[in-house]
Amino acid sequence: MAETRVLLANIDEPGLHTISVYERLGGYRAMRKALLEMTSDEVLKELEDSGLRGRGGAGFAMGKKASFIPKGTMDKYLCCNADESEPGAFKDRLLMQKNPHLLIEGCIIGSIAAGANKGFIFIRGEYTTQANILDAAVAEAYDRGFLGERILGSEHSFDLVVHRGQGAYICGEETGLLDALEGNRGNPRLKPPFPANQGLYQGPTLINNVETLCNATLIIDKGAEWFRGYGQGNSTGTKIVSVSGNVQRPGNYEIELGIPVRDVIYGLAGGPPEGRELKCFFPGGSSAPVLTKEHLDLPFTYEAMAEAGSMLGTASVIVVDESQPLVPLALRLAEFYRHESCGKCVPCREGTNWTVKTLERIDEGEGTPMDLDILEEVQGNIIGNCLCVLGDSMAMPVASMLKHFRAEFEEHMEAARRRRHLEDMATFGAGELAAVQEAGAV
Amino acid sequence: MTRPLPPGWDEAVRLEEDPATVPDPASVDVPADLRAEIEGYMAKYPERHSATLPALGAAQRRHGWCSPEAIQQVAAVMQVTPAFLSSVATFYDMLRTQPIGSRSLYVCTSVACHLRNAKSVFDAIVAQAAEQGLEDVDLREFECLGACDMAPMASIEGRYVGPLDESDAVEIVRALKDGHEVLPGRGLPDPGFALPAASEQEPGPSEEPDVHPAGGTWADAEILDVPPAEEEE
Repeated sequence: MAETRVLLANIDEPGLHTISVYERLGGYRAMRKALLEMTSDEVLKELEDSGLRGRGGAGFAMGKKASFIPKGTMDKYLCCNADESEPGAFKDRLLMQKNPHLLIEGCIIGSIAAGANKGFIFIRGEYTTQANILDAAVAEAYDRGFLGERILGSEHSFDLVVHRGQGAYICGEETGLLDALEGNRGNPRLKPPFPANQGLYQGPTLINNVETLCNATLIIDKGAEWFRGYGQGNSTGTKIVSVSGNVQRPGNYEIELGIPVRDVIYGLAGGPPEGRELKCFFPGGSSAPVLTKEHLDLPFTYEAMAEAGSMLGTASVIVVDESQPLVPLALRLAEFYRHESCGKCVPCREGTNWTVKTLERIDEGEGTPMDLDILEEVQGNIIGNCLCVLGDSMAMPVASMLKHFRAEFEEHMEAARRRRHLEDMATFGAGELAAVQEAGAV
Repeated sequence: MTRPLPPGWDEAVRLEEDPATVPDPASVDVPADLRAEIEGYMAKYPERHSATLPALGAAQRRHGWCSPEAIQQVAAVMQVTPAFLSSVATFYDMLRTQPIGSRSLYVCTSVACHLRNAKSVFDAIVAQAAEQGLEDVDLREFECLGACDMAPMASIEGRYVGPLDESDAVEIVRALKDGHEVLPGRGLPDPGFALPAASEQEPGPSEEPDVHPAGGTWADAEILDVPPAEEEE
């Protein structure tokens, strides 16, 4: 099973992060084309025709999103969402570290389509190395005149700033990102108005993921028709898949959308370690409901994953093998979302907390069969009831684990109760314990 | 009848005092380089408010944490209230609102790292830190750091190292204590960094092997070996 390397075609080229090497390999050709040979409407049309869907999780058509930006002379903004905090996702890290100019070129193209004159790359604070590389790359682009006033003598001006976050998962949510960029706590906002109408500083704002903007560069360079040649149905193009967890070769792989999931997990990543079977996997980061063995032969597309009850999301495949108990995993997952919940909406703030408490109870041997029903009900009460989808991102995978592996949750609960009982017994003293054992209570 | 407040709460809010206002720039001493850095950030954005996060980051680098003094200095330069800055600083994981340590050692224990035994690595590092007397380091479990390919991993002052196992803990703590580079050659930015071959990356046992659920065997004997309570007294 081979990769289809388009975005990652030159990724191993030494010195690709410098502008000289990037230009030697054909870099900034697309930007020249978009600035000098095309109108902004043509750029927008090309992006719409490509069918490129957002690579940051929601999968919304990028061209369509850009077309929502109103025309006019008001200040418009472009934000690149590089706050890659989804557990399991690490594709943007690779792109920014190895090929920062591809992203900068994509930002310039995105700004032409949206008519934006000011852009921000919101990178998570933990990515120190990558932010420094981006800073240097932006400075190089300014030196060459690719950023700033009237780029290459055209009418288009564009300034780009690398903005570092300070560690908050919620800033990956687009309106949370805007609040953080405005210098506030990263609380998501009520939608509508959508950022395309009222975003950063109340101006129309186009927000796109790193990989989406990188793809925009290739689409302008090679054409929408070429891009549509990859993929299946409405899932056009290639996708970088980050495979992690219990696999032999974790890492980033670029695939054509539509190849079977089995080829990704077993073909590219080598599958679970020798002698172990796959139990379940998250197809799109930890927010995606888990799928099981029977879904391995589905094509890896937005549509097929949605039909199977999950989502492609960021295409971050986390593989869980059969040696892993699910209750501690669900607990770890819920703890993450409890920690990252901004606390603005009650169902998310309380729901994540109660999910953690219930799972802790089950894991520590204090659970009762009713707890599983409570757990299910709590998840149902979170989904769709908050300003953003952070709560849903916990509720969906936890609910899916319960759905597919309810028997394991029940067994785990019973086993933990039994262990707890034995521990309590042990503290009674040897004599009593023997008596209890004889009586057959254990 | 009013119940006594928990420790700390009785001093946390001084109700008799007026709320702090925007500090008078002339009354606060701000180091010249810190002032220049913050003003540089403010100039980068269409609105100066946007410089809050980088400005707090800069103050933290200088003071080791977002101390009241650091907050006061940022407030004086940015002309905002200290309360606004505190509200922002408490929201973000990387901004320290307690003097825990001026250097950071974050060990990722999120989902993908959890599947590869990250908790044991974290526990081993904590044990070593106590044994070797590691000081001035903000050592803690951190949420997903976006490096699941090198799981389990840690971020040391922003430098990603991995994959780790328990045996690396001694070396990590020793290097950090002596101020050397931690695990040279195994950091993501290091030249020639590559993940080890598949065979070396066998995931360890799950976090709590004795709580193994479906089909697992129970360490009954071990539990039953616990000495009776009266002998311990």
